[in-house]
Amino acid sequence: MNDKAALMPRRREAHPVPYWPDYKTSVTRSPSLPLLSMESTPSEETGPRFGHSLIGPLDNNLIVNYTGGKAPAVGERIRVHGRVLDETGRPVPQTLVEIWQANAGGRYRHIKDTYFAPLDPNFGGCGRTLTDADGFYEFMTIRPGAYPWPNRANDWRPMHVHFSIFGHAFGQRLISQMYFEGDPLIDRCPIMATIRDRSQIERLVAPLDMQNSRAMDYLAYKFDIVLRGRRQTMFENKPEGM
Amino acid sequence: MTQPLEMLIETPSQTGGPYVHIGCIPSFAGVEGIYPEDLGLSPIAKGARGEAITVTGSIYDGTGWAMRDAMLESWQADAAGLHPGQQGADPNVSGFCRFAADKDSGEFTLKTVKPGPVMGRDGPLMAPHISLWIVARGINIGLNTRVYFDDEDNSADPLLARIEQRHRVDTLIAKTTGVGAYRFDVRLQGEGETVFLDL
Ligand SMILES: [Fe+2]
Repeated sequence: MNDKAALMPRRREAHPVPYWPDYKTSVTRSPSLPLLSMESTPSEETGPRFGHSLIGPLDNNLIVNYTGGKAPAVGERIRVHGRVLDETGRPVPQTLVEIWQANAGGRYRHIKDTYFAPLDPNFGGCGRTLTDADGFYEFMTIRPGAYPWPNRANDWRPMHVHFSIFGHAFGQRLISQMYFEGDPLIDRCPIMATIRDRSQIERLVAPLDMQNSRAMDYLAYKFDIVLRGRRQTMFENKPEGM
Repeated sequence: MTQPLEMLIETPSQTGGPYVHIGCIPSFAGVEGIYPEDLGLSPIAKGARGEAITVTGSIYDGTGWAMRDAMLESWQADAAGLHPGQQGADPNVSGFCRFAADKDSGEFTLKTVKPGPVMGRDGPLMAPHISLWIVARGINIGLNTRVYFDDEDNSADPLLARIEQRHRVDTLIAKTTGVGAYRFDVRLQGEGETVFLDL
């Protein structure tokens, strides 16, 4: 793949709307003027790359990474796995995937989280990994609890895992959230509702993947991620007039 | 009927939420011990060539409140205008930094070296700039913008040239406040709204 080719323009209709009154914080944090659109430049087509030396052996196992393997976190053991691809369907190898989540009771290890569900002394709540040569990644973790949050009078976040993905270009940078098949809170969530395209909402809902679950150990959920692609052309990077 | 295009669609963004720091800069968030240190603490290592600079600023919401919970990432070229990974780039410039608004004041600080002019897509040089990406609770898709500098020649920059309302160019220009020190405030909405980018 040509690492100097322009990025495909972002399809904004596939993303959430910035302004959504039911998600109250978005009201004052959404730009009101149009974005300035332009073809990507080397500043967006290049990006930070991370090597295997960054990743510790327990980094992608949230069940044990907070205690260094000494004691497991409380909760339903799950494996979250999938592939990172680009819009052309090519795998994105060796790219950093970071996740964070609440514990099994729906509480984050954060000074601002005042929900009275207890902290788990054995759960930190973050993990990271690099995709392999074919774009595959996996995490072991516990199923996060749903939690209430101050928005409308009685709003609850569905069970979710936050994802941060780099790709190979700064213009591919993406943060999203993975939800769980069958969670009745998904359709009641005003953050989920910021995505107006039903089929795009469904792309954030990971199916239960029994074939990749392990008997007497964990359930698996599959979550594939697609990043922006690059324009395919033989005519890139030739001097003008060629 | 036609042949199918067979393109995938990008995964939709979701807000980073109030706890984005746990995932991206856990030590800053008080979650210690999982990683040796937070990722992207500095975009430069000792020996980086070029002028050392500090960019300080705040991110203001539509009410004029300096947000306390924003996280930022920056990406830039080295002093010669080469991005990390490109041939001949300064090995002491990683170009990438993660930083956050201060929990009490809402102010952020980026310490780096000033990037050089960067070759644009079709030849014309882009004036020195740092790319910024801003995420926070209430921001449903990360906001991209650029930091240019008031002591550089920005007159031929191809991106700035596309801003029709010329007074808005100023929202992308960091202002000198001292030797190697600049101020760059971001306004998400309303009067003086920063130009955000889609590229
Ligand atoms: Fe969350």
